[in-house]
Amino acid sequence: MAGTGKAHLRPEGEALLRVEDLVVEFPVGRTGLKVNAVTGISFDVLRGETLGIVGESGCGKSTTGRAIMQLPRPTSGSIVFDGQDLTKLDNDAMRAARTKVQMIFQDPISSLNPRRKVRDIVMEPLSIWKRGTKEEQGAAVDKVLEEVGIDPQRAAESLPHQFSGGQCQRISIARSLVLDPRMIICDEPVSALDVSVQAQVLNLLEDLKKAYGLTLIFIAHDLAVVKNISDRVAVMYLGKFCEIGASDDMYARPAHPYTKVLLDSIPVPDPNVAVGKVAVEGEPPSPVNPPSGCRFNPRCPSASDRCRSEEPTLREVEPGHFVACHHPFFGGEAPVSVRTA
Amino acid sequence: MIENGADVEMLLEISDLKTHFRTPRGTVRAVDGVSLTLERGKALGIVGESGSGKTILSRSIMGLLPRHGVIREGSVKFRGQEILGKSTKEMQSVWGREMAMIFQDPMTSLNPVMKVGRQIAEPLMLHLGMSKAEARQTAEKLLRDVRIPEATRRLDQYPHELSGGMRQRVMIAIALACGPTLLFADEPTTALDVTVQAQILELINEQRRDRNMSLILVTHDLGVVAGFTDEIAVMYGGKLVEKAPTKVLFERMKMPYTEALLQSIPRLDQPSHSRLAVIPGRPPDLVNPPKGCRFAPRCAYARDRCLTEEPQLTVAESPDHVYACHYPVGSPEYHERRVELSKASTAVGGSI
Repeated sequence: MAGTGKAHLRPEGEALLRVEDLVVEFPVGRTGLKVNAVTGISFDVLRGETLGIVGESGCGKSTTGRAIMQLPRPTSGSIVFDGQDLTKLDNDAMRAARTKVQMIFQDPISSLNPRRKVRDIVMEPLSIWKRGTKEEQGAAVDKVLEEVGIDPQRAAESLPHQFSGGQCQRISIARSLVLDPRMIICDEPVSALDVSVQAQVLNLLEDLKKAYGLTLIFIAHDLAVVKNISDRVAVMYLGKFCEIGASDDMYARPAHPYTKVLLDSIPVPDPNVAVGKVAVEGEPPSPVNPPSGCRFNPRCPSASDRCRSEEPTLREVEPGHFVACHHPFFGGEAPVSVRTA
Repeated sequence: MIENGADVEMLLEISDLKTHFRTPRGTVRAVDGVSLTLERGKALGIVGESGSGKTILSRSIMGLLPRHGVIREGSVKFRGQEILGKSTKEMQSVWGREMAMIFQDPMTSLNPVMKVGRQIAEPLMLHLGMSKAEARQTAEKLLRDVRIPEATRRLDQYPHELSGGMRQRVMIAIALACGPTLLFADEPTTALDVTVQAQILELINEQRRDRNMSLILVTHDLGVVAGFTDEIAVMYGGKLVEKAPTKVLFERMKMPYTEALLQSIPRLDQPSHSRLAVIPGRPPDLVNPPKGCRFAPRCAYARDRCLTEEPQLTVAESPDHVYACHYPVGSPEYHERRVELSKASTAVGGSI
């Protein structure tokens, strides 16, 4: 599993964002050990595209999102956004670049200042960057609040806690939109919301993407949610990519054993679909000491000796569909041990 | 259903259970007149969104509520015996031995400064009067039952040394320790990853079958209840709005709320960028719930009557299926509105 390799990258000019060999490591106290949160991943996002990143907790998906924003700066790798390598910018230039790449977080209530009026929260980016006169700023804020479905009048009078979780997420979205960014990184934006509200927010993101011509990176653990919103999906495991491809293709025909395990583990809301046998045993190992070879090999039903020693690289198994596996379900040279699945 | 009639043992009979909380804002009617029954050995799923009262219902049945500011009325009969008015002292013979609960977050529900083995042994010594050595031995067996590798070594570890999935297995071991007849699982897998979630659900299910336990599985995830329960109760705004055997509920749901809830979930078999059906608005404020049907203000099929007159639980075609709706799915009024809605949506090209 392993996802080194860049076979899946598209011509440089077409991509709004191009990340190459991204590595993020964190020290473990003073032990000299390090957490290998993200280990050498590469990906690109075209203008107007939505890239979904899925994986279990600890796989590095949020770290990847934050590394793009240089929060914190990654250990190594390049992140070219709109022709500019963000890793090479100094702090001031990076602050300016962040107006074009915005982020929405998981917990909408704690990501809003509890002591400020909602309208002021949404206005703040504009006043920091001195965009237009007070009147123009006010008009822009009211417009964006209307668009996300929040009454500007109420926003002017109320604090975040007077709104529900779903409404707070709408407010966060309004705040991220107000500077007219090119790209929004959404980190688990709907996982704290009830299903009925989740659907509202997903539809809203889809509408705003069209209206504002946005490019999205959508990070989540819920495969169905990611499929719904994404054009392309990347599956992450222990800091590496396993598989990347167009969402409909990949969900219909996963090539990587881990992707299949993830898909098989989701309980389907239909009692006629028999509950499958547990697809995989155990839990992801620690990223402090990742397994050699393919990182999924200790849990993989198809693992061979080669998987324990040699790290697979991403390669194309069908047009636009890439997998990092020695024994993929299709498109491999010799699918030896995969017949059981 | 498998038993030949006479053997069916009614484990739990709840009638008109109310659980209200006094708060500075007014009385919160968290559970407002819920009646249901559960047979021995059966698994019941309680489904609802946050604030629907599902968690409070399960805690109220078990008597795990704050001491002050709570109004609890109605009747909860466990094995034919009324347990609603029982004191904490009296309930102690019920907790653990008769009813046990697995909570959502294993990290905060386990004692962080007590070794895992002692936490499992504690109820064994307290409720079953085992000796220390005996309890430790049983604890080790329980850890094996919940498939924790290297059980002997794990006994002497602290919760922080275990992964999330392992901690939840320890929670299950504690709940199973005294051989309860009714197990509550309140969002047991919400804090876990999908691959681990599947393992834990399978474990609970297998233990339930082996021990002939009844299970009340509280969750917001319709996918989880679909595969692991015999019956489902849907809650909305503190009320039971529909209850049916699992298959019947998914095939012939009567409540527009149940239908809307199911349709708002993104599904793996839908192509990407499918427009999701949405329930507008948000759940009611339970200090001041709507007068008629509590779902009416958000319901696409509501009519004037729904806003004023509260629907009572009605029996559907099969006697074990009840619902509370004036114009259920399949009624002429429902169809009429449905035709109007589909016309309207094609006219404007979809709505938010």
